[in-house]
Amino acid sequence: MASKVLMKGNEAIAEAAIVAGCRHYFGYPITPQTEVAAYMAKKMPKIGGCFLQAESEIAAINMVYGVSSTGHRVMTSSSSPGISLKGEGLSYLAGADLPALVVNVQRGGPGLGGIQPSQSDYFQATKGAAHGDFHMLVLAPASVQEMADLTVKGFDLADKYRMTAMILADGTMGQMMEPVSLEYDIAPPPEKPWATTGTNMQREHNIVNSLYLAPEALERENFKRYERYKYIEENEAMYEEYMTDDAEIFVVAFGIAARVAKNAINDARNRGIKAGLIRPITLWPFPKAPFVKAESQAKAVISVELSMGQMIEDVKLALDCKVPVTLCNRSGGMIPSPEQVLKAIVDADNGGAK
Amino acid sequence: MNHKRITLLCGHYGSGKTNIAVNLALMLSRTNDNVAIADLDIVNPYFRTKDSAEELKAAGVRLIVSEYASTNLDIPALPAEMYSLTDDKSMTAVIDVGGDDRGALALGRIVPAIIEENNYEMLLVVNKFRPLTKDAASAVEVMKEIETASGIKFTGIVNNSNLGEETTAADVLGSLSYAEEISDITGLTVAFTSVKNSLYGELKGKIDNLFPLTLQRKIK
Repeated sequence: MASKVLMKGNEAIAEAAIVAGCRHYFGYPITPQTEVAAYMAKKMPKIGGCFLQAESEIAAINMVYGVSSTGHRVMTSSSSPGISLKGEGLSYLAGADLPALVVNVQRGGPGLGGIQPSQSDYFQATKGAAHGDFHMLVLAPASVQEMADLTVKGFDLADKYRMTAMILADGTMGQMMEPVSLEYDIAPPPEKPWATTGTNMQREHNIVNSLYLAPEALERENFKRYERYKYIEENEAMYEEYMTDDAEIFVVAFGIAARVAKNAINDARNRGIKAGLIRPITLWPFPKAPFVKAESQAKAVISVELSMGQMIEDVKLALDCKVPVTLCNRSGGMIPSPEQVLKAIVDADNGGAK
Repeated sequence: MNHKRITLLCGHYGSGKTNIAVNLALMLSRTNDNVAIADLDIVNPYFRTKDSAEELKAAGVRLIVSEYASTNLDIPALPAEMYSLTDDKSMTAVIDVGGDDRGALALGRIVPAIIEENNYEMLLVVNKFRPLTKDAASAVEVMKEIETASGIKFTGIVNNSNLGEETTAADVLGSLSYAEEISDITGLTVAFTSVKNSLYGELKGKIDNLFPLTLQRKIK
């Protein structure tokens, strides 16, 4: 059996990134993700890597742009308000087709908000990180082990599709400690013939750029990019199903909310209610396949979120609005209790919430 | 265990200092009237001694903590009441110091008085399953950084090696040589080995100075 260590979710992300070959980290401290930077600060100098505390989040994301242009694996991490600051850079990375790993350990918002866990950056991550037509790959871990696994996966996907992969975690995932195994077979990153590595006078020089002043050219780039997105939607969606085979009440939840929901589903099953869970692991692309079953079987669907209801819109779309969907939520740094989710399941089983 | 008036708990962040501090204060409250626990963690606002405020209050333990702890204010403030730790010589105090050298910096203000009184123990909490203190050499490195930042020397080691909920008796027994190695390098003795309550029965008699921990809280 692989040997395990006890890690915080934030540390697991940092160590997994190092294992995946990332030697460049740029960031700026913010609770509740600071341990990512703290871990990198300790470890990178010992392995010949670069840790740099930037003067701001905006500086950090542009350093990511620079290193990614040279073909190296690179990352940054922050929490909600800091991710908003990185928005411009995320759009530029997309426009220049540069791979990067960006971590958002979410806290309550809007504004400066609070420091407690939240999932209220779902819209931002999956739909509107910044200006322009673009997507990021969005991965939502639900354990410290997955914080590590999805970090490794995120680097692979980012390189494969020349996109930003975002780890969308929350304060609980970042701070909680669990045993984790960090032994991976790391595939070498793909060739990056587009990278600006110096021509040695042997080839045409490469240009990394997101400026296309001719609208025809810019449209062509966007069409090409969206063909790639379509392929990703068809091939890269990840999800977990729990007790859905005979389920009549489907709970949909990701990250920490999915862990709470599992407890509530176990309680509901003990009461004879056929409840099951769909846990999206990729939030973009949003997994549509498990909702085919839900559409034919479900009496009701419940979206459990640490937000005012954001993923629920994708849940309704995935169901073509054919099954009633209700929201079970807390916000502002609060977490739904298993009892609250159980009550939502019982209400749904009784023919709808009051 | 023979206790000095002040017990300082320091170590790498996530080594289990807060949990041990709370359990130690509760144990001391059974034999001492004036017991206080001070939370001087200015680094991590997420896990705080204040989370156990009710248990501590019920046991008559005075809680000395920044009024901003466990609020949403991410402010590295120290409580003014911390001066009573060195002024009130009738008090038995457990001091939970923040992680690593950065956390230990907060101690500096009261260190001269602690050294002058010379009735303290300063314990290095170690966990071999934490990647940055996984071997004796790296644990000693953290120890030296804390001593430099705080201006005070360690007097003992607490072996808190664990894998959280998954910890087995074999994991703890396998960590004894790690703690011994730190002891050999530093010349400090292992003051006690702390284990979760559920392993206490199985390990009792096999490990000297075994200390059971009632885990503070867990997230499912």
